[in-house]
Formats: sequence, structure tokens, C-alpha cells
Amino acid sequence: MLTYLVRRIAIIIPTLFFVSIIIFGLQQLLPGDPALALAGEERDPNVIAFLRHKYHLDEPLPVRYGIWAIGVLRGDLGESIRINKPVLELVREKLPVTAELAGLAIVVALVIGIPAGVLSAVKNGSVIDYGANVFALWGLSTPNFWLGFLLILLFSVELGWLPASGFVSPSENLKQNLLTLIMPAFVLGNAIAAVMMRHTRSAMLQVLSADYVRTARAKGLNERVVVLKHGLRNALIPVVTLGALEFGALLSGAVLTEQVFTIPGFGKLIVDAVFNRDYAVVQGVVLCTATAYIILNLCADIAYFLVNPRLRA
Amino acid sequence: MTAVPVDTARERELPDDRPWKRALRRLVHRRGAMVGASFVLFFVLVAIFAPMISPYAPIATDWGAVRKAPSWAHWLGTDEIGRDVLSRVIFGARASLKAGVISVLISLSLGVPIGLLSGYVGGFLDGLLMRIVDAMLACPFLILAIALAAFLGPNLTNAMIAIGISAMPAFIRLTRAQTLSTKVEDYVEAAKAVGNPHYRIVLRHILPNILAPIMVQATLAIAAAIIAEASLSFLGLGQQPPDPSWGSMLNTAKNFLSLAPWMAWWPGLAIFVVVLSFNLLGDGLRDALDPKHR
Repeated sequence: MLTYLVRRIAIIIPTLFFVSIIIFGLQQLLPGDPALALAGEERDPNVIAFLRHKYHLDEPLPVRYGIWAIGVLRGDLGESIRINKPVLELVREKLPVTAELAGLAIVVALVIGIPAGVLSAVKNGSVIDYGANVFALWGLSTPNFWLGFLLILLFSVELGWLPASGFVSPSENLKQNLLTLIMPAFVLGNAIAAVMMRHTRSAMLQVLSADYVRTARAKGLNERVVVLKHGLRNALIPVVTLGALEFGALLSGAVLTEQVFTIPGFGKLIVDAVFNRDYAVVQGVVLCTATAYIILNLCADIAYFLVNPRLRA
Repeated sequence: MTAVPVDTARERELPDDRPWKRALRRLVHRRGAMVGASFVLFFVLVAIFAPMISPYAPIATDWGAVRKAPSWAHWLGTDEIGRDVLSRVIFGARASLKAGVISVLISLSLGVPIGLLSGYVGGFLDGLLMRIVDAMLACPFLILAIALAAFLGPNLTNAMIAIGISAMPAFIRLTRAQTLSTKVEDYVEAAKAVGNPHYRIVLRHILPNILAPIMVQATLAIAAAIIAEASLSFLGLGQQPPDPSWGSMLNTAKNFLSLAPWMAWWPGLAIFVVVLSFNLLGDGLRDALDPKHR
């Protein structure tokens, strides 16, 4: 087991190295000389020379990468040119908002996706199965920003039940916080629920045809006990680990959802940074999401390894 | 029992022995896939014949008809500067389908050769390429596409490049996995034994046999690319005004949700239907090409 863990953790190092190369490489896609762009319209040669030296633009590319990478390892992701704040501080500020939204979205995805998948597998080939599959296709094909608009039109404009946009911190007013996040969480969780439903359905179909389930039925156990205790408990192992891999989709979706509902989170931070040409922030956000994804992926793999006795043997 | 002459028996079996023909027959019998294919064809025709079927020019403004609800003159209503929503939805199909197809072609043209190389050569090169792919997969698809589009500059061409590059790792992984399992097949070993050069083995013996899953992935990737283009255009990083795209129409519509909701209904519905169609077609293709999946 220890060998597996060491090997699995060791793979992270080259992956993170290449992630850093990709993110550093993004800078090189910028057209023109960054020093000229930063120098403004006057383009004073002294200012340009100063900026080139300050941002190490006069150094060769590998040296610049080295300086940048050492900074990142020390927690220096650069500074936002618009807000004049360190990128890491901005990330720390915005992360809890997106984490709360993502957490609620996962709850929505689990509450809808797993029961739908179980029902679909148990009633395989029935109208319920057909309906659940239609729901999955709907979830996978609906652009979440459009779904957000439809919900705003219904629940905010027509019925006036929920606020259309904005965010209230949970420490300020928990009820208002949840009211502002219900629609965004549903929008974000909808597509993940569809994926979860498909995973659960296929895992349940596999488990329900296993010998031990047949034995449980032959013993005369109640069908509910067979499905929930013998079926779902075993089917959930791959579902939960595969669910962890949906983290990327969750973050991508959060960018759009936060834009639709004007939520000041991680997603809005990157979009605003793009339009403000605040490239250090863009790089910082991509780096943080990639690192979080790699760590979650590792946790999912370890969890799968720990709960699956065949892998441990 | 009468013995069947060998040639006659082979003639009878031949049609059934062709996997592509068998798969096509299975595909035709899948209702969902056929509905998807029909809608895809419909949208392709709409995009091609847009200038002929569109009632107005997509960028023609009419200040006397600003934010008008659907009517006989404007079937789907007008937008905030009096442009006909139906005409813009029709022309928007061009941007979406073009982005979907070109992005996937970019992914295919880069991902398939890299995957073939990685799987066939193996060893250090394979390890190196897979770590790079892992790194790309670690960056969430849309976030990587946003970052690329931001650094390349906001327009439709750059959005397509960004989506194509972001979707490429999935094709590398798939092609590599298929190559790894195909290169140990007897017919590949036989091709090696008779002295075929490597490029010929890869192009003539491996590639044709791994095309089926790549085609399925490509169809599903078109659906994802269309959503990604709409998302980038919605964020202002794709198609730029005044040219229409479904995503950019939704971007404008968000400011007029309560005053002119029809501005949001139709482009969103168009994205939904076209993405659903590609998903249905992709699911059908997967079932037809690999019956074990059903």
C-alpha cells in the first residue's frame, strides 16, 4: 500500500511541473512587448528599460520561468495590476464564496443524481428508466447560463420568490445567504446530477446482477434492503470517486453561474481579470484550480484504493 | 443436407461481415440517434442557407421596433436595437456549428497523431507525453479555454483555437489507449513480421481499426465545443458584436431579462436543441459501434 501511495504522490510532481510550464507559457501568447504595453502611451525609453528590468523581461525565457516558479513556490503568485493586491490574497478572499456555491451544488447533484440513478437501474427498461435517461440528457445538453436565465425569469421576475442576483455572506445573514444561492446551486448542480445519475445507474446495474445480490434475494430479504444495503452501498464506491473528478466541471460551471447571478466568487474573479487584462490574476486562478484538481484527484484515488479490498490485496 | 458452394456462402455473408455496414444498420434502428441526426442536418442546412431563409439581415437595426415581442412581422421578436431575433438565431447557427466542427478538427488533428505516437512508441516519450496530458487535464476545460482566449485575444477564431487545444487531451488519451490495445493484435504483429515500415503499420493497420471510438468521441466533443463556444461568447471572449452568435445573444439578453425575455429564450433553446442532437447522435453511434455499451 505504501508503495502505491508513494508512486501515486510522486506522479504529482511532474504533473505540477508541466502545469506550471503551461501557465507560464500563457504569458508568451500575449502579442507584442509587455513592457511597451505597461509603459503606456508615452513610451519613455527609460520607463521601458526600467519595466523590462523590474519584470525580468530582459532575461532569457528559462531564467524568467525559474524566477516565476520560485516565487510561486514561496506563495507569490504576483500582484493584481487593477486592485493592487497580491493574487494569493484575492484568491483567499473569493475562494470561500465559490466553495460554498460548489458545496451546495454537490448536495443538489447527490440528492437528485443518486436516487434517479438507483430508480433507473431498479426499474431498468421502464418508463421511469426512460424518464431518468431523458433527465440526464437534458442536464448534459442545457447550457447552465441559459438555465439560470429561465430560473430567474420564473422565480424572480414572475413569482418574485427569490433574489435574481447578488450574494450575502453566511456570517451576515444565513437565511438570505441560502436564498441567494438556491438558484445558482441548482443551476450548477444540474449537469453534475446528470453525470452522477449515469454513473449510479451503470454501477447499480452491474452490482444488481452480482452473485451476492442474487444470494441476498434468495435468502428472502426485503427488496429495499437488497437494493439499498447490498446494492447501493457497493455501487456508491465508484460513483463517489468518479464524482470527485467532476470538480473540474464544477469550477468551469461556477465561472458562468457566478456571471449570471453576479456572485463575487472565483469565477467572477477570472472573468473580471480577463477583461481588465490582469494576467497575473488569470494565471493565479488557473494555477490554483489545477492544483486543487490534482489534489482532489489524488484523494479520490486514495479513497478508492482504501475502500476497495481487491486493490489493497 | 446440400453443401453450399464456398463462393456463394461468402457472397451471402460479406455484407454482414463489414463492421461499418453492420454499425450503420444498428444506428439507423436507433430512434434517438436518428432524431439527433435529423436535427443536426436541419441546423446544418439552416446555417448553409441562412441568407436565403432569414427574413431580415442579422445586423440590420430598426429603431422603430426596439425590444418588440414576437409578432407576425418579427416571429421571435426583436432585440435592444431592433434587430430581428429569428434572423440572428438563424445566422448564429453558422458561428456555433463552425466553432463546434473546427474546434474538434483542431483537437483531432493534434490529438490523434500525438496519441498514436505515444501509444505506438511507448517508453520515455509515452511517459513524458502522458504527464503533459495530465497537466492539461488538471486545468478545468472552460477555465483553460478562458485563459487561452484571454491571452490570444477575444474573437471567434481564437475561441475555436482555445476550445480545440483544451479538448485535445481527451483525444490523446483515447487514441493512445486504443493504440496500446491494437498494437499487440495478431494482424499488427503480422504486418511487422513482413517488414512493413512503422508509419505504414500505424497508418494502414492501427489507425483504421481505432477510428470507431474516436468518431464517437468527436461527435460528443462537437456538442461540448458548441456549449464552450456559447460560453466564451456569453462571457464576451468569442464572437464579437455585431456578428451574431447564440452565446453573445444571451450575453446581451441578460441585461433585458424582465423587459424582453424572448431575447433569452430562443438562442438558449437553439443551443439546447443542437447540443442535445449531437449528444443523441453520439450516444447512438457509441451503441452502434460498440454494442457492449448498451
